[in-house]
Amino acid sequence: MSLENLLILSAIIFSIGLYGTLAKRNVIAVLMSIELMFNAVNIAAIAFARYVAPRGIAVDPVGAETEIASAYGGAMTLGETVLSTLLTGQIFAIFIITVAAAEVALGLGIVIALYRNRETVDVTRANLMRG
Amino acid sequence: MLPLDIAFYSMSAVMVVSALGVVLMRDLFRAALFLVLSFLVVAGLFVLLNAEFLAVVQVLIYAGAISILIIFAIMLTRNVHEGNPSNGFDHPARILATLVMVSIIFVAVTTDWNTWDSLGLNVLPGDPAENLSYTEQGVRDVFGNTTPVIARLLLREFVLPFEVASVVLLAAVIGALALVRERETEV
Repeated sequence: MSLENLLILSAIIFSIGLYGTLAKRNVIAVLMSIELMFNAVNIAAIAFARYVAPRGIAVDPVGAETEIASAYGGAMTLGETVLSTLLTGQIFAIFIITVAAAEVALGLGIVIALYRNRETVDVTRANLMRG
Repeated sequence: MLPLDIAFYSMSAVMVVSALGVVLMRDLFRAALFLVLSFLVVAGLFVLLNAEFLAVVQVLIYAGAISILIIFAIMLTRNVHEGNPSNGFDHPARILATLVMVSIIFVAVTTDWNTWDSLGLNVLPGDPAENLSYTEQGVRDVFGNTTPVIARLLLREFVLPFEVASVVLLAAVIGALALVRERETEV
């Protein structure tokens, strides 16, 4: 298990979702494919958070290391700067999950409204706004 | 081979198979069940990556709430005889998805990521846990117990997006209610 492996997995899932989003006729199948893409992005974000060192440590390994060391030595609380860079990927994933939940609620609401008005869930027949 | 690697590769295999099942299944309901399986596997991957809080959130929100919503919508709108056909873009979509996959994999493999390994720090899962420096111990502590760190981050650095997210959810709830409401005038 390495960062490259996780990114390759994420890329595979993302493109499967992309294919489903572009090629499916059923609106719900399209929504499910979009969920797959969200999940692929979440995997990538959390893999980056776990495997990639923050920029401060990259630029100045020794300085950042003493900063972490002093923060760790004092009362077990890491310094704010280090703290805010280590888990940012996980915070991003939380917000992505939030937006995905809102998107699914609205998307399925639109699907139900479409089905009620036109008796179909086929994206190629949802052409009310065609000019 | 580490147990961690075995877990990762088997989860990856299940993940890819279930993702293919989502897009290739003829029956939409079975596709939804494959989607639930892929959500659960993603939660397992999060545990492997020391994101326990996110794994719980994934199971609660994705495998719990979102999949139930999707299955409800399938039940309410399903045309059993129609199945889950492709539209006219099947071939171009395949080519485009393959191109996207190849380019992402190319970038992921060729980029020189600034990983902990390349800095010589033993903080990754599976690394030996002896003779740790202060840095390694500190980073391991953060990833050993992520929930309080996430809580601090959400309520300090990311407090504005955190509050905006609640407004987004409120707007989504009101919007969904307004969309599916039966209109009295139509009856």
